[in-house]
Amino acid sequence: MASFQGTKINPTSFHRSQLTFYAFLIPLSILMLLPILFIINHAFKPISELFAYPPAFFVKNPTMNNFTELARISSGSGIPFSRYLINSLLITSIGVFFAITITALSAYGLSKLHFKGKKALFEINTLALMFVPIAVQIPRYLVIARMGIIDTYLAHILPVVVMPVAMFLIKQFIDQTPNELIESAKIDGASEMQIFYHIIVPIVSPAIATVGILAFQAIWNDTSTSTIFITDESKRTLAFYMMSLTSSVGNNIAGQGMAAAASLIMFIPNLVLFVFLQSKVMNTMAHSGIK
Amino acid sequence: MLKRMNHPAWFILPYWILFSLFIIIPVVIAMGLSFTYFNSIQAPRYIGVTNYIELITMDNIFMQNVLPNTVKFALIVGPIGYLLSFLLAWMLAQIPQKPRTVLAIILYSPSLTMGVAMASMWRIIFSGDANGYLNSWLLNWGVILEPIQFLQSPQYLMNIMIIVSLWSSMGVGFLAMLAGVLNIDQTLYEAAYIDGIKNRTQEIFYITIPQMRPQMLFGAVMAVVGTFQAGGIGVALSGSNPTPQYAGQLIVNHIEDFGFIRYAMGYASAISVVLLALVYMLSKVTQKILGERD
Repeated sequence: MASFQGTKINPTSFHRSQLTFYAFLIPLSILMLLPILFIINHAFKPISELFAYPPAFFVKNPTMNNFTELARISSGSGIPFSRYLINSLLITSIGVFFAITITALSAYGLSKLHFKGKKALFEINTLALMFVPIAVQIPRYLVIARMGIIDTYLAHILPVVVMPVAMFLIKQFIDQTPNELIESAKIDGASEMQIFYHIIVPIVSPAIATVGILAFQAIWNDTSTSTIFITDESKRTLAFYMMSLTSSVGNNIAGQGMAAAASLIMFIPNLVLFVFLQSKVMNTMAHSGIK
Repeated sequence: MLKRMNHPAWFILPYWILFSLFIIIPVVIAMGLSFTYFNSIQAPRYIGVTNYIELITMDNIFMQNVLPNTVKFALIVGPIGYLLSFLLAWMLAQIPQKPRTVLAIILYSPSLTMGVAMASMWRIIFSGDANGYLNSWLLNWGVILEPIQFLQSPQYLMNIMIIVSLWSSMGVGFLAMLAGVLNIDQTLYEAAYIDGIKNRTQEIFYITIPQMRPQMLFGAVMAVVGTFQAGGIGVALSGSNPTPQYAGQLIVNHIEDFGFIRYAMGYASAISVVLLALVYMLSKVTQKILGERD
């Protein structure tokens, strides 16, 4: 009984047998989506609806009040909202760029260059996939302090750009590119760096996009660097501001709308980026296996 | 400039210097500090394995609350999240691309939310008075007669932490497994049906799982690590460290409690080492179960 177009894996058309899967997937997806719908609705609720009893899930008269209130409160505290936003944009964009560059360089080195100890380095990196940064916050603080970069943007960027998962994913992806491509470029007189820049980077662009997304998520949402390495409020990030805001105002009902608005502002860029790049991510993940 | 860059050092050094600075050295320092008394003001003083002995024999909260909580949390969230990721990835692979993409984005999106900011949303939903959304619904439907203090009562806090963590557990591992199922060579299935496989269950065990083993291993490591990283959620939900009656206290919170609240940094480092060892052990055990390099 050979399979055909509608019943196999990755089918091209609808078939009755798929209904079982839809019957499971759709209710579960709706359940998973509820909390996110809740934030969206809550963020646009006017004060009267936030106080309403019994509380309603959906917003009736959407308003931007919570968002404008958010900006007003932060400028009242001396540091304008835009300052946190610019800090975050700057740190995230430089961080993502650095994360991609250093992981891709190292991945090419470990995949295609020949030198002693490269197997060992890759093993160490695979081990580091299990690394939980939260466990070594104290020693990391000591390292950052010794480097003299407390209260600088470097303290935001350097610790978070080391992403073993990213290095792992790009390395597995580069492994798939044929060596002949590199050999023929060498015959034409290209250096390793030229090969990396002109041949490898375009080929592994899906993996680079994936790492870009993972780095963006990690850096954009990160609050630990602002908490531990930064004491100057004007150098802290949007994520940190949102965290301190939601934990302080989130407890009273009027502040809930603002907390929801803040959560939404943090969530949307992640979602948009993923939606646009998801096909590249799926392409990369196909090579993510630990062999 | 590019023309002369041939040496492996150009490629290897940037990443590995930072890797040493922020992963290797901190782990080594944590191990070193774990044998000292260190209050962050005076220099660390060597005290041998005292911290570890105290952790095991004198720290009642660690042995009675933190360790059991962490093990319970990890054993529920890890395997269930992992199985759910696999099951959902496999089901998504059985439907055409357009609906699959939409559903995959929905299932993945919880892991895109920021844990701490999300905690304030959960606090609204699980709020302890009649105005809390869950309480209000349950009262309305007549399930309960008076509002429940979900986040402040020990018997609910842990369960809510588990639900919230499972909600956001469809992360990178889930995507890897989805890609893994989709990339299995179709002809294998046809060959298997000719050889006498009869249904989808046999398909899963004889072809799908063996074929996507590498992605499943990757997913397993991600599940274990993700579980421990999500562990801070109890403090964010209940709004206090320690959590009410230590009901939601996990190792991660215990480290923060001793390291940043009590400044017992040597002791906190000993707990860190235990945490890293625990993650490593669990990852290895999972890999053994899934059959490494067969």
